[in-house]
Amino acid sequence: MLPPKHLLAIEGMYPPEIGQLLDLAESYALLNRSGKTQRDLLRGRTLINLFFEDSTRTRTSFELAGKRLGADVINMSVSASSVNKGETLLDTATTLNAMQCDLLVVRHDQSGAPALLAQKVDAAVINAGDGTHEHPTQALLDALTIRRRRGRLDGLTVAICGDIAHSRVARSNIFLLTTMGASVRLIGPPTLIPSGIEAMGITVSHDMDEGLRGVDIVMMLRLQRERMTKGLVPSAREFFRFYGLDAARLARAKPDALVMHPGPMNRGVEIDSAIADDPARSLIREQVEMGVAVRMAVLDVLGRKQRRNV
Amino acid sequence: MSESTKLLLENVRLLDPATGLDAAGALLVDHGRIADLGTGLGRPDGAEILDGGGAILCPGLLDMRAALGEPGFEYRETIASAAEAAAAGGITTLAALPDSAPAIDDPALVFLLRSRGEATGSLTILPYAAVTRGCRGGDDLAELGLLREAGAVAFSDGKRAIGSTQLMRRVLSYARAFGARIVQHPEDPSLAEGGAATEGELATRLGLPGIPAIAESIIVARDIRLARLTRGRLHFAHISTAESVELIRRAKAEGLEITCDTAPPYFDLNETAIGGYRTYAKLSPPLRPEADRQAIAAALADGTIDAVASDHQPRDADDKRLPFAQASAGGTGLATLLGVTLAQTQGGRLGLMAAVALLTCRPARLLGVEAGTLARGAPADLCLFDPEALWQVQAGKLPGKAQNTPFDGRALEGRVLGTWKAGRRVFAA
Repeated sequence: MLPPKHLLAIEGMYPPEIGQLLDLAESYALLNRSGKTQRDLLRGRTLINLFFEDSTRTRTSFELAGKRLGADVINMSVSASSVNKGETLLDTATTLNAMQCDLLVVRHDQSGAPALLAQKVDAAVINAGDGTHEHPTQALLDALTIRRRRGRLDGLTVAICGDIAHSRVARSNIFLLTTMGASVRLIGPPTLIPSGIEAMGITVSHDMDEGLRGVDIVMMLRLQRERMTKGLVPSAREFFRFYGLDAARLARAKPDALVMHPGPMNRGVEIDSAIADDPARSLIREQVEMGVAVRMAVLDVLGRKQRRNV
Repeated sequence: MSESTKLLLENVRLLDPATGLDAAGALLVDHGRIADLGTGLGRPDGAEILDGGGAILCPGLLDMRAALGEPGFEYRETIASAAEAAAAGGITTLAALPDSAPAIDDPALVFLLRSRGEATGSLTILPYAAVTRGCRGGDDLAELGLLREAGAVAFSDGKRAIGSTQLMRRVLSYARAFGARIVQHPEDPSLAEGGAATEGELATRLGLPGIPAIAESIIVARDIRLARLTRGRLHFAHISTAESVELIRRAKAEGLEITCDTAPPYFDLNETAIGGYRTYAKLSPPLRPEADRQAIAAALADGTIDAVASDHQPRDADDKRLPFAQASAGGTGLATLLGVTLAQTQGGRLGLMAAVALLTCRPARLLGVEAGTLARGAPADLCLFDPEALWQVQAGKLPGKAQNTPFDGRALEGRVLGTWKAGRRVFAA
């Protein structure tokens, strides 16, 4: 299989592509635990983390992944206020081409911005989250985390809970999990479930107690505070009362159900601390670990294409 | 005219929906006016003779809705470049939207626009005037009476909906004193705010903020009731959903003085055109699902829709080379108006005569202007086209300045061969 040029979205990826990426990531997870590195793989390659939105977690994860493979990693943060309507997005592309960047990791608050950049830059573009569209490496790391614990994705039932409408994590996970044969249930208030999503092969529930019944994995999403000023949700306490995850609610799921969260968490808004910090149920720490491994796999695969161009 | 005062267009198929004429023949122009048409005209002495090769000769098209870049957005389009594109599209009369900078909210600006049109020598500009000052949608009405007197063809706030129910009621009411028609951009502003695509599965997949399709029909339903209350003259621009069509169909059956137009994208494209974040297909209203497109096509065929307008919205590359939600909405439409409309005749539901009527006599009647017919004595505004000539729309190679066509790559049957304004040839393919 020819390596792809970019990683812009999970939608459109085939099960073997996803499976191979996860296999490779698994090997990087083992390598990372062994304390060894592979610094020759991307030696002399330049990786730029181009972040138009604040992110510590994702940026650090890509930085670490790049460094463990020997790439020269540069972080560029462009604050949203200094971006004049995205016209500089293409100026930025020109600049990056001049710098001969090999791998470009992009986060942007606009859906489709990495795709637009990918049309203009020579580098391989990795979408690190665009607007409310996709966050492909998050879905891959979630899948790897689940697969390591459960041995498979096929046949599992995964509940994704909370603000689906504004979540790129939810979209990437829906595409990936349904592609790999898992069942997905979306749980949230009707104002946070986007129109037409039923067509994506999932089911929707507005009652969390009902929706969690019998699920293998409970994936919580972050609820942004601004949703409470736009008439979507009245208050944090009401949200927690009906859609927050605590022990009583988790008891509705399968006895061995596991809990995930892409972070950063709003404790007491969407998730109770007792659950988030319970090592027997929470995969949150492991998600972060798998994040580095998945990003190493992605950089490896896309870097191969770049190496071939040398 | 410097050379001959007479021009004979012979070997043409004369098509004039206003009179129902569809016959082989010839048309004689004298001193810029149509002197005669039909068969057996002979060849008058000294007349310039042009062989139409059997192509269709119809009235110059009347585009009842187009934005000009001028005044204020000359980097997108000038009146000269729009006139060039219009001539290439067979358009000889164009109603220009008032939401320019400054907005057309003063009688002097109406005069200015009319005379700028005359100065092109190829295009009559019929200015719309603003409903509210600056087309800002505030409570201060523009001087509808004075603007009407100055020659404003109808009133509109352009691509801004008249959102306030109270304001719409008063406007429809007040405009009656001047027989003026109010042209609404039917889109509920609060439902549409921040939206970039029609709400639904596709917008959700792409992660784009959606506008529910009912943002249109809510305003259509409301305004129909206001028209019933005020007995005002109301026109809905660029109708794009099945539900709106049904509401208008019923209002017409009731006898209300309500009319509507649509634009080619809404019967030729559906929302899938925005796939891959193609910003040239970002329009206002946004492209709709296939079922709506089919309803619009059906409404063209059954006569519910009164006119096809280009809804030309010139944009430059910088307006469009942005992430989708930030890109400016709007597409060019002058050069493709005829070809895309003619495509509707290929399925057989819309006849050729009816299609041309939607671009000529029907909008002319609606706006109350003397254009859009091949009448003896009328100015010789003419369009000669070959309904079978094949061409491909290519962004970057369109006549005029603006290249932001949503039809990029579309193959069309039906090509304008020549356009005449008051007897003078202003376009030759």
